Amino acid sequence: MMLVALLAVPALGAVLVALLPARLDRPARALGTVVAAAAFAVSVALGLDRGPLLPAAGQALTPWQQYKVSWVPGLNLDFHLGVDGISYPLVVLTTLLTLLCCVYSMWTVPGDGARGRLLVALLLVIEVGILGTFLALDLVLFFVFFEVVLLPMYAVIAGWGGEDRRRAARKFVLYTLFGSVLLLVGVFVVVSAAGTADLVTLSATGGGGMARATQLAAFILFAVAFAVKSPLWPLHTWLPDAHTEAPTVGSVILAGVLLKMGTYGLIRVAIGVAPEGAVAVAPVLGVLAVAAILVGSLVCLAQSELKRLIAYSSVGHMGFVLLGIATLSTVGLQAALIGNIAHGIITGLLFFLAGAIKDRTHTGLLAELGGLRETAPGLAGVLGFAAIASLGLPGLAGFWGEAFAVVASLQRGGTLWTVLGVLAAVGGALTAAYFMRLLRRVTHGPAAPAVATTAAPRLSTYELVSWAPLVVLALAVGLLPALVLGLSADPVTALLAEVSP
Amino acid sequence: MIDHVALLPAYLAAGTAILVFLADILVGRRGAVLSCGALGALATAAVAAWLGTRADRSTFCVDGAGCSYVVDDTAALLAVLFALLTLGVLAFSAGVLREGELPSGEYCFLLACSMTGGVVLAHAGDLITLIVALETLTLPLYVLVGLRRRVLESAEGAVTFFIVSVVATAVTLLGAALLYAATGAVHFDRLAAALDAAPGGGPTGRLIAASVVLVIAGLAFKVAAVPFHAWAPAAYDGAPVPVAAYLSTASKLGGVVAILYVTVDALQPRLDVAGPALAVLALLTMTVGNLVALRQRRMVRLLAWSSVAQAGYILAPLGAFTVASGRADIGLAVTATVAYTVFYVLMELAAFGAVVALRPADADGGEIADYRGAARRSPWIAGAFVLALVGLAGLPPGLAGLFAKVAIVRSLLGGGAGWLAVAVALNAVIGLAYYVRVAAQLFAPAPAAETRARVHWAAAAALAVATVVAVVIGFAPQLVLDVAAS
Repeated sequence: MMLVALLAVPALGAVLVALLPARLDRPARALGTVVAAAAFAVSVALGLDRGPLLPAAGQALTPWQQYKVSWVPGLNLDFHLGVDGISYPLVVLTTLLTLLCCVYSMWTVPGDGARGRLLVALLLVIEVGILGTFLALDLVLFFVFFEVVLLPMYAVIAGWGGEDRRRAARKFVLYTLFGSVLLLVGVFVVVSAAGTADLVTLSATGGGGMARATQLAAFILFAVAFAVKSPLWPLHTWLPDAHTEAPTVGSVILAGVLLKMGTYGLIRVAIGVAPEGAVAVAPVLGVLAVAAILVGSLVCLAQSELKRLIAYSSVGHMGFVLLGIATLSTVGLQAALIGNIAHGIITGLLFFLAGAIKDRTHTGLLAELGGLRETAPGLAGVLGFAAIASLGLPGLAGFWGEAFAVVASLQRGGTLWTVLGVLAAVGGALTAAYFMRLLRRVTHGPAAPAVATTAAPRLSTYELVSWAPLVVLALAVGLLPALVLGLSADPVTALLAEVSP
Repeated sequence: MIDHVALLPAYLAAGTAILVFLADILVGRRGAVLSCGALGALATAAVAAWLGTRADRSTFCVDGAGCSYVVDDTAALLAVLFALLTLGVLAFSAGVLREGELPSGEYCFLLACSMTGGVVLAHAGDLITLIVALETLTLPLYVLVGLRRRVLESAEGAVTFFIVSVVATAVTLLGAALLYAATGAVHFDRLAAALDAAPGGGPTGRLIAASVVLVIAGLAFKVAAVPFHAWAPAAYDGAPVPVAAYLSTASKLGGVVAILYVTVDALQPRLDVAGPALAVLALLTMTVGNLVALRQRRMVRLLAWSSVAQAGYILAPLGAFTVASGRADIGLAVTATVAYTVFYVLMELAAFGAVVALRPADADGGEIADYRGAARRSPWIAGAFVLALVGLAGLPPGLAGLFAKVAIVRSLLGGGAGWLAVAVALNAVIGLAYYVRVAAQLFAPAPAAETRARVHWAAAAALAVATVVAVVIGFAPQLVLDVAAS
């Protein structure tokens, strides 16, 4: 029941918030924040009851709790929800980031601010879609929730974004719809061949006894679908535009959790349902992932706009996550999962900071920024922390995912994976280089005119409130990676038992 | 022995037309005429639905040949749909009829006549009944399209529609006549049996192949499938908006029903000829419809082209079923086609209802740019419009449309036509590009403060009902799938 509540609370909250009249805009936003807080509380409570600690023998997917009712039998669609160690950290990350974005939106909304309640309502709808994707244990249901996110996110970008928002929003929605229609085709390739859409059944039998060719076709369709979402080079081009134009909260949700739907789908759906296909395609995925790391880092080195730079850094970071997945090893998948979480926390924080800087200085061009620590030492300090966390300093969250993706690749052995591991490591060094460049340009040196005249140099309360949890988590996950890895170790081992390369 | 109970829906529909006609002559008031039409449509729907819950019936039977008039679950569902669509269009028309530009009596009479054709079509059991019913459905529409006085586009649209449609009917009739020549049968069951027994090659085989293609090509005109689609945008845009709504829902439904009955019930043994043609037709229709819709600037034309594309999705399962080898069950394809059609007409009706409600009563569909700021002026109507558009695009929150697409893709992959499934999927992406453009216009700031057009209560009520039904079956699509599967 808690699973249903987790979806019902934000869904009902969104309707309620959207229906309040315009003169109650501020109370409506507060109501939305309360709803988001309630959803966060439910998600935390969800983790208290973990059911059987060890996965059942021969069972690749053992949910802690599940809820199943038939919805549309004519389309093989069951309303089947469940949570386990792979999805739980992402669920909590989603509810947390949504809550922080709602808190942030209570004080500041882009534009005239008269429609803030709609923004909050849309954030809650997006939350429902993302949570549903992470919780779904039915392939068709997974697809339905995957689609739910699309238009609300479009509306967030097109309604509250920057100057070129319409084009960016359209690009976002068309690209990601392209991905999700392929997902639809893939889902029904599987359903037609295996006769069921139940993820527990499908992953328990290593693809439900589907022929190798079918598995290969299904995996390729899934891989392309999730590669658009993650995004994987060369299907990433929607991401920088969307991020640059999206409002701060949109960017935070987009980078923080929306991209994770792709990597999560790759692990849960693509590998879980079509393991033989995964084994065959993994080297290609690995090569593309490393290309993403290198391309992302090199573009970042030459990037002149703050939000665009962070967006491209996401391409690189998600490259590490995808490399981890491509190795199809326990270490690699664990690295991918913790990399997912770390990227969500750190990049969420980075986008909050980029938004704060752009709000204050009204420019995102690195050339016009500089000397931030002279005028706004607090802001510069947090930015420095986030950048260092993002480049993967040991002891902070970003380290584990990237380091162990490289380790996993080297462990796989063979020429290809060794070369990939080395190149990824080079990409890691480039990451450090461009974040150092970012810090030098933005925080060091004499204060640039735009920075010197900034209106509010100090951090305001709502900024502190919405950023502090991310700072704490970046430290906590960095120092105690077992927070995430402890939960996911058993499910990952069980999942990989079905994959025998 | 004629079973008059089975004929009740047809009697009621025809009676509605006569009643409307008499009401116009005797009472002569717009309200009376409209109420007669609405009550008649409602009664037709109710009786058809009641018959659908009873055991199957049939009448006009010939020994050993089958029946010309069949009442079963599918027929009942389609008859109810025809009646309800007519009811909805009558409600949308209340506003424009109040302006007095269009003659209420003639308008409602013609609409009721067309409904009669639809109801009979739903029950048709032989080729002759089917073609006559389809013509009864279409004939009044030529006049309705051209009913706007002193508007050139209206006359142009009507003439185009008339000529193309008459040619199409002639082609279908020729096909039916050749089929009769080859097999000596017009009843669906008999025809299927005769085709099964007929030789595949030789002169008879070639004659049959030619006639199958002719019948299907003629019917493809009615659903505006590419390359027989060119009449649709002109006719839709020239017609009064409620008539355009009728064209894109009831009239299109008529074409789909005709193709469905003919291919599934009668021509099934010869689908190896019709199948590839249908599959290619479907692919062309969706792709061309979507690509041309991208460039439209007028609202009704955009909806017209989008409905061309939708016809492609509707035809796809039938085509795919017949292309794939080793299929076992045509039921999957029929269910998907019927279900998609039901979802589609509902959302299309809602979309046109929103256009009616957003525009001044005497205006045409206008440019898409005219809709700027509609979301501020009339948030509820704009909301319904967006929901309908998003449903047509097949995305949440338009869950009905999403499940419609899912049903199509599922049946395509079940039928083994993966390439067509991918084509449908990619077309959905193109489709979204223009649906989202229209939706975005609604929320764009208006150029000047415009006054809100007054909406007739009946149009608003019909729009509300269509939207609520779309939302409900979006959450419970199994209702539709169950009815479609039976």
